[in-house]
Amino acid sequence: MATVATPHEEKRGFLARPGATYGFMSWFTTVDHKKIGILYGASALFFFFVGGFEALLIRAQLATPNGQVLDAGAYNQIFTMHGLTMIFLVVMPLGAAFTNYLVPLMIGARDVAFPRMNALSYWVFIFGGVFLYSSFLLGGAPNGGWFGYAPNSVAEPGLNMSYYAIGLLILGISSTVSAVNLAVTIINMRAPGMTLMRMPVFIWMTLVVQFLLIFAIPVITVALIELLFDRQYGTHFFDPGVGGDPILWQHLFWLFGHPEVYILILPAMGIVSEILPVFARKPLFGYAFIVFSGIAIGFMGWGVWVHHMFTAGLGPVTNSAFAITTMFIAVPTGVKIFNWLATLWKGQLKGGTPLYFSIGFVALFVIGGLSGVTHAVVPSDYQQQDTYYVVAHFHYVLFGGAVFGLFAGLFYWWPKVFGRMLSESLGKWQFWIMFVGMNLTFGPFHILGLQGMPRRIYTYPDGMGWDIWNLVSSVGALMVGLSAVLFAVNVLLTARKPRNAPADPWDARTLEWTTSSPPPEYNFEEIPQVHALDDFWHKKYTESPAGDLVPVVAGASDTAALKNGDAGEHEKGHGGGHGIHLPSPSYWPIVLAAGLPMMGYGVLYDWKLGVAGGVVLLVGAYGWILEPSVAEAEPAPALAAASTGSEADHG
Amino acid sequence: MAVPKVKVLAGSALAVFLLAACSDTLPQSTLNPAGPLARTDANLYKLVFIIAMFVFVLVEGLIIFFVLKYRARPGGRAEQIHGNTRMEIAWTIAPIIVLAIIAVPTVKVIWDQSGRPEGKVIDVDVIGHQWWWEFRYPDDDVISANVLVIPTDIPVYIRLCSSGSTGPTDPKTGVASGPATGQPCTDPASNLGNAVIHSFWVPRLNGKTDVVPGRTNTMTLQADEPGVYLGQCAEFCSWSHANMRFKVQAMAPADYEAWLVEQQADAVVPAPGSLADKGMQDFATGSCIGCHAVKGLETTSGAPAAAIQGPDLTHFASRDCFAGCMFETSTEHIKTWLKDPPAVKPGSFMPNYKLTPDQIDALTAYLESLT
Repeated sequence: MATVATPHEEKRGFLARPGATYGFMSWFTTVDHKKIGILYGASALFFFFVGGFEALLIRAQLATPNGQVLDAGAYNQIFTMHGLTMIFLVVMPLGAAFTNYLVPLMIGARDVAFPRMNALSYWVFIFGGVFLYSSFLLGGAPNGGWFGYAPNSVAEPGLNMSYYAIGLLILGISSTVSAVNLAVTIINMRAPGMTLMRMPVFIWMTLVVQFLLIFAIPVITVALIELLFDRQYGTHFFDPGVGGDPILWQHLFWLFGHPEVYILILPAMGIVSEILPVFARKPLFGYAFIVFSGIAIGFMGWGVWVHHMFTAGLGPVTNSAFAITTMFIAVPTGVKIFNWLATLWKGQLKGGTPLYFSIGFVALFVIGGLSGVTHAVVPSDYQQQDTYYVVAHFHYVLFGGAVFGLFAGLFYWWPKVFGRMLSESLGKWQFWIMFVGMNLTFGPFHILGLQGMPRRIYTYPDGMGWDIWNLVSSVGALMVGLSAVLFAVNVLLTARKPRNAPADPWDARTLEWTTSSPPPEYNFEEIPQVHALDDFWHKKYTESPAGDLVPVVAGASDTAALKNGDAGEHEKGHGGGHGIHLPSPSYWPIVLAAGLPMMGYGVLYDWKLGVAGGVVLLVGAYGWILEPSVAEAEPAPALAAASTGSEADHG
Repeated sequence: MAVPKVKVLAGSALAVFLLAACSDTLPQSTLNPAGPLARTDANLYKLVFIIAMFVFVLVEGLIIFFVLKYRARPGGRAEQIHGNTRMEIAWTIAPIIVLAIIAVPTVKVIWDQSGRPEGKVIDVDVIGHQWWWEFRYPDDDVISANVLVIPTDIPVYIRLCSSGSTGPTDPKTGVASGPATGQPCTDPASNLGNAVIHSFWVPRLNGKTDVVPGRTNTMTLQADEPGVYLGQCAEFCSWSHANMRFKVQAMAPADYEAWLVEQQADAVVPAPGSLADKGMQDFATGSCIGCHAVKGLETTSGAPAAAIQGPDLTHFASRDCFAGCMFETSTEHIKTWLKDPPAVKPGSFMPNYKLTPDQIDALTAYLESLT
């Protein structure tokens, strides 16, 4: 990938390449993985508040029997959009925020393999999100559930479910582009000495997730295209009257949908696996077991999809087989839980907000895991399927699990990203309110489900005995909302603080903490040489024969400087990054991405708009190919060859 | 960390959950089983619940214990333990053994509950419509809706199929798609216009089974005691999914036989000149008979009325609820319904016919006479 750009190549292209890497406009043209990570994170947090508002509407409607807040039509749109938002516009992109920002830093690279593709994946994602939400203004949002079961999703009049199909297709493109990029980055661009088994667990989990995406997204893509054609062009993939099959949708959807669960949870597992050792001041217990159990989950996740369909009538052989596979996927998950527990064992737990959220993650994820095992008991699942019991289960996994893990990561890496520490006291308030509120909201769902309350109902009558727990849940939801507001307050207050976070505020173990906070654009002055797992930790400490930590004396000046936040001087001593060639920003990713929603609207409204979108997309693609390799303002990059690792002009 | 708080919280949450999980007396609760199948399901759940509780207490207990015991202290030492293969193998194998134990009864019950029960069995075809349930007794020539009557102690083997309706109109052509005919399950391909998936569920009598267009799924219900057991559609089916409820009324076998005989009879014909008689005239000459059958009543062209869209109303007043069991059958509710069905049941395919108050009174009197 590394190329030496010559002055001749600069002349190629019909638009000058932008040069500015700072200022408002630079955010639209950036190809810096760190800025793209921040864009992902900010967008995901914005959608977190939107999806949270939808959740509060749902809880307002269901707080009492015969609720009058929403009518049936509005409720069906809101619960569908809540699910789509939280899965595709919050947890996935928030995971992508961490992977984009952290992967190059944690593997000792200067950027991802294909920086412009990285920008493309972000812009496609944000346009996909905007496309989905534009449906609210253009006649109605998707209303057939995030699971979009055919034939209902075909029969629904209006364009609601067509927005669903096209919106998810666009978001799938974003995920695929990003997955290929990050997988290539992790496989090819690790710093010298970072063998696979020296990679941080977060990188391992990220790698597994990218492969899950690469294989899962095509499956949902097929299903969505069939749905779109059934809806818009009169095909009959899911129409049993003429030989189609509604069950086909379910197989395709869940063959994607179950790996999707691991796509959502594995990044959080990776984050927690990074945080626990740092705050326990001891290595991760059983690194290899955690890595291999993550890989095992990645494989086994493909063999359990029918447990979403136990009541569909597939017969006793199918149900028995998938009951057994579903039970056994609990094993690698259980291994992880016990390894995390053993990581705390005999440690010295420093009580920081990241640790609070990480322990919260383990405590809550266990509940979701255990209720998951009860689903594997098929006859019991005949009762629980499509009830609030299932809603309880996946909120313990995705809120108690994924969201708590992601908040742990936000508190942990915030100083690295912004150079400012989030308030620990506000963070702990947020944790406790979110922890209690979360349990009040989702705990009662177990009981409601067992008491026979189905999912996706916009109302329920008096006399079912569900009133009390629904009210408790709605109060809990308000607490969760309050905790989210506390986080927003924390972010705003922190933004006004001086940028004084040290390079290594937590006394951490991995490479990203060796560079300044925030890192320079080029990440590392010199590409690090890696000698061990947790290389940075071993530069700071060694172990006595008794297993105690002993600070390393030799080279202490360097680490002391890092701890004191003087990384800048350390860098300056080597020239402050002069001569490191980084890819220039580019206009084309956002242009190319803009073609996709236009084509989507073209399918729904007018083919001419679709053609225009196609033209935009092609112009974007050709501009991308023909664009000069560097900004004109930049001097000829004679030193380009000196920069190992990241190179991207053809990415 | 404020650890006592965790302890209290976890403890009280656990206590509440355990209490709630034991059993209850709620009308639609899976923990209040009223028949052998639902009891088996509940017992399996309780078995797994106890095992899960054990793991829950172990893991959460360890978390609390570790957090208390290993808080950073001045001069404290963190032991640099990288792992322990023996321990890790142990906690890989232990769950495998526990899960293998759970798998045995799971698979056994899956097979026990599948297929047609042996011995005396009552057959019922259940047809899911948007948004109400139709019940057909093929051996006894009875068609009903909203209230499923079964005998106690005899397994009721149910065949499930989904019926289309005059579905939502096509947004492009404005044409309503797919006429529905309410065919029995034996002929599933004939009535699939816009049929969607439902799920048939009576929590106190058995778990749910999906009602899938183009397929005929089966399941069994069985009740121990006479009584009314609530049921509800459990698979999202658009607008009035929440209002797609029904009741199962279990009777002693002798009462059930008597009920069958009543249901086989033609509809009551009101006394000439009565208000109900006027209602019957309106029913037969107006739009009603286009969708609702009343056995014995003929259309103006002399053809017998067949239930095409809506429930068969021959013995309407013998059922104690209507419109997907949104309403108890009462004069007031019938009038509310006739005045504007979609206003009270979102998405209802029965339109607002803008009936006059006189017509509503007459039709209500007629419907109430259909015992």
